[in-house]
Amino acid sequence: MKFSEIWLREWVNPEITTKELVAQLTMAGLEVDAVEPAANKFTGVVVGEVISVEKHPDADKLNVCQVSNGNETLQVVCGAPNVASGQKVPFALVGAQLAVDFKIKQAKLRGAESNGMLCSSEELGLAEKSDGILELPADAKAGQDIREYLKLDDSLIDLDLTPNRGDCLSIQGIAREVGVLNKSQPNFPNLDAVPSTIDDVFPVELLSPEDCPRYLGRVIRNVNVSAVSPVWLQEKLRRSGIRSIDPAVDVTNYVMLELGQPLHAFDLDVLDKGIQVRRANQAEKLVLLDGREVELDKDTLVIADHTKALAIAGVMGGEHSGINTNTQHIFLESAFFNPLSIAGKARTYGMHTDASHRFERGVDYELPKLAIERATRLLLDIVGGDAGPVVITDADLPETREVKLRASKVFSLLGIDIPAPEIESILTRLGLEVLESNAEERNTSWLFKVPSWRFDISIEADLIEELARIYGYDNLPISSASTGSRLHASSERKLHLRQLRRRLISFGYQEVISYSFVEPELERTLSSALTQPVILSNPISSEMSVMRRNLWSGLLQTLKHNQNRQQDRVRIFESGLVFSKTEEGISQDAMLGGLIWGDQTPEQWGEGSRSSDFYDIKGDVENLLAMTNDSSAFSFTAAEHPALQSGQSACISRGQKALGWVGALSPKIQNALDIPGKVYLFELDVKTLEEATLTKVSNLSKYPSVRRDIALVVKKELNYSELAALIRQQAGEFLEDLVLFDVYQGENIEADKQSLALGLTFQNPSRTLNDDEINEIINKCIKALEAQFNAELR
Amino acid sequence: MDNLESLTSSALQAIELAGNAAELDGLRVQYLGKKGSLTEQLKALGKLPAEDRPAAGVAINQCKQQVQEAINLRKESIDTAATSELLQREAIDVSLPGRRQQAGALHPVTRTIERIEDIFSAAGFDTVEGPEIEDDYHNFEALNIPDHHPARAMHDTFYFDTNTLLRTHTSTVQVRTMETGEAPFRIICPGRVYRCDSDLTHTPMFHQVEGLLIDENASFADLKGIIEDFLKAFFEADLSVRFRPSYFPFTEPSAEVDVQCVNCGGEGCRVCGHTGWLEILGCGMVHPKVLEFSGVDSEKYSGYAFGMGVDRLAMLRYQIKDLRLLFENDLRFLQQFS
Repeated sequence: MKFSEIWLREWVNPEITTKELVAQLTMAGLEVDAVEPAANKFTGVVVGEVISVEKHPDADKLNVCQVSNGNETLQVVCGAPNVASGQKVPFALVGAQLAVDFKIKQAKLRGAESNGMLCSSEELGLAEKSDGILELPADAKAGQDIREYLKLDDSLIDLDLTPNRGDCLSIQGIAREVGVLNKSQPNFPNLDAVPSTIDDVFPVELLSPEDCPRYLGRVIRNVNVSAVSPVWLQEKLRRSGIRSIDPAVDVTNYVMLELGQPLHAFDLDVLDKGIQVRRANQAEKLVLLDGREVELDKDTLVIADHTKALAIAGVMGGEHSGINTNTQHIFLESAFFNPLSIAGKARTYGMHTDASHRFERGVDYELPKLAIERATRLLLDIVGGDAGPVVITDADLPETREVKLRASKVFSLLGIDIPAPEIESILTRLGLEVLESNAEERNTSWLFKVPSWRFDISIEADLIEELARIYGYDNLPISSASTGSRLHASSERKLHLRQLRRRLISFGYQEVISYSFVEPELERTLSSALTQPVILSNPISSEMSVMRRNLWSGLLQTLKHNQNRQQDRVRIFESGLVFSKTEEGISQDAMLGGLIWGDQTPEQWGEGSRSSDFYDIKGDVENLLAMTNDSSAFSFTAAEHPALQSGQSACISRGQKALGWVGALSPKIQNALDIPGKVYLFELDVKTLEEATLTKVSNLSKYPSVRRDIALVVKKELNYSELAALIRQQAGEFLEDLVLFDVYQGENIEADKQSLALGLTFQNPSRTLNDDEINEIINKCIKALEAQFNAELR
Repeated sequence: MDNLESLTSSALQAIELAGNAAELDGLRVQYLGKKGSLTEQLKALGKLPAEDRPAAGVAINQCKQQVQEAINLRKESIDTAATSELLQREAIDVSLPGRRQQAGALHPVTRTIERIEDIFSAAGFDTVEGPEIEDDYHNFEALNIPDHHPARAMHDTFYFDTNTLLRTHTSTVQVRTMETGEAPFRIICPGRVYRCDSDLTHTPMFHQVEGLLIDENASFADLKGIIEDFLKAFFEADLSVRFRPSYFPFTEPSAEVDVQCVNCGGEGCRVCGHTGWLEILGCGMVHPKVLEFSGVDSEKYSGYAFGMGVDRLAMLRYQIKDLRLLFENDLRFLQQFS
């Protein structure tokens, strides 16, 4: 809501500066978004009176005018087509400064002397564009500074109102607030009833009384719609950001801005028999004021006559029933619509109008009477005509709301004892009425009646909010009573994402955050066909239309983005939810995913370069799993995943539960994405991973350990994990450590075999193991390996 | 005895010339060893007349001692030379960079969330998370935003179907916490939120931290206290904080909180739009209807809630000028947070 400060001050004029006013409004919850001057900074322009106009002898489009500045008559050459003698116009004198680099000088135009300039609205910064000079009313006094005459030293204040404060969408409403804050009463303009001079009435039926409980109508005959709105009215509209259209529209807009009541004027001659306020018929059509034809639905309230819909109630009028240049008689509407009946309707039809904005938030149901009188008076002043009587049709008006307030609740919610008289003073200034009050010891309570314009007050907390607002949030105390210390620690039996992130960072992974909605095609190729994606119905673009089923699309896009910026090594991870559609609904699971690409270590002098491979990323994953203190529960099994390269991908499990995947990106996807070099990915289910066991320290043996190394030749396809499991099983409890320290293929080894070199460390907690015992264990292992896997000792 | 003298002097000379420990040890054996020439002299004492023996013995021992001392001295100097040679040989350029894996970093948004969690954790707030795909009830209805409420227009919501949507705020988590738990509550809820809006100052996905405290006698004064403390702790500065009345359907009274501009100190600059204030978070006392929706007795309990945009806090704290940097994931940007 943008408004002119001068207009506000016509209503209420506290002795505070603009800056103070702005601060006051903002601190009362009517946030000021911007303050701007009402006109350009110009000087030296006065009201001029055009005494005579003659054609310039040497220029077709110029006139030579004699213009009075109040003291003397000066010759001015003017190019405006509408200049005429007798006019009052803005007259920029010699020496006037219209803009920083625009100063009026004495000049000769095609030989004729010119002592100044007659100005258009555009030249004064009052309009974006104008066709000719600005004509001022005849009562303007020649010589008066135009800034003073048009009250241009004004500030335009733009309020960013919250949706609960529909009552402040008018000068009246803002004045009411400013009055409360400064303890002064607003002055109302003349809102007296305009007596009727004719008896004409137009019938009104409220066929949907819940939606429209009050409708006021009035016939005004014999209007002159070719009249022009006076400058003061145009200026007030302009300063509120509304363009002047014609007097009828201007007056309805003016009253809406001034009082907050949207009005509508119909051309009486096109209305058939009478007004019916009803719900639209299914698929009923209406051409709106903006020329669009809409198909109405049954929930839409319309203003209709006996044959057709004329307007969407509270939103926008129709093209055919509006005021036009041929209109002679007007039917003026001023109604109260139930906010719930209007809410959302404009949006349904892709619109947002000043009327719908107000009706959605609630317009005072006592306002239509005042507004229709105010509008009639202004219309008669401008377009003339004869007014009929106001016809009021009422149905089920909202009940007056009564709200109880307890001083004890004020104290407990705000943490301050506001004295009872002050509570009453604040609330009554806001227009509430004390219906009852009970002064019990230290706990006064009241019953307040809520004014008809406050749709946002219905419970005790609403009243307490009003108290806090007017008392001033800054004046409310600060404490920390409710936040005394309470010791708490996070569980050590749960692995927190925080810890996992830090571990990855220390391995050289950079955390990224990518959008949860991704490009559908890439997402599809990366996901199992057994799951369904969750698809947005109103995505911001097709590249962000599907919820990710895994974290890899974001990681791969991040890789591409950085590759395109000359990065030659990328190690990244992300944590977040992934989404898929299941039979039970939508599943949302927290995941931790990573990607490595490029050399295993950054380029450096002391270490040779080597491309990262499967075992690098697997090692990082194993290190994460080890954080659970439950390493033995995890297993890696060769398995296929649509995103991963067959033969270089593993499914990770924790016991029987699937935990995630690790592997190389499928070459097909790698090529499609145009990524040079192999990419390795992992993704882990955080819920499955996070369970951790508390460390239980085992005693350290005082006796020496013994290590034996063996080299085994086995078939290549034998999984190491099976071999290791067998050794562990056979070696028994004294096997302290098993390490694989070499994998060899090549000379002296058959092509389909490989040699594995293993180090076995044995230790007994209570004595020194002797060679015989160890030899026995080793032999047992080797026998089992031979039997089960055909392994040969090398 | 001439022999002794010449033996000694040739020994001393040889020792002086010895170039390394091995050579020196050879000399030691040659002169002082069991069969060394000076040792032999001692053995030859028996051949001397008895009265000469003591004097000769003393003389020989003095020579032996002299040689031994010379050897020791020489050994020390050879050792010193060897050590210094070793040190010289093994000297390296310590200014060469160390061998390492380059550490990564937390994303600035995560870093900011963790910082906020830590600050509130000290006041006993637990971190709780919730689903991002929500139903209309938890995102709107239970927060006192019924259908067609004008506040809905301010949440440009992403929908999957009429009832399923991407949460527009993390306030959904307070509803879920209240409806499943028992008061009192003291939680903060960080997470991703979504609104259908994308321009220079909006990304369709961003982050919020929502806080909720429900207890007996929690008041607006307590809310003011914790918010002021938090902002001062977060920015590590004694900043002015102001509370302005505002409106959220789920709190009442509601406040918008401004903090003195961290960029200009309140003088007015581009960052604060020349107002000297930064709008930093929204808060208020939990609306009684919200409490009742989630089964909390609004007569017994009261409480406050607050919500803040993490991305904006991160931008202010780390002087990130362009919001879009946050989700482009350019490593050159992210690695600055190592």
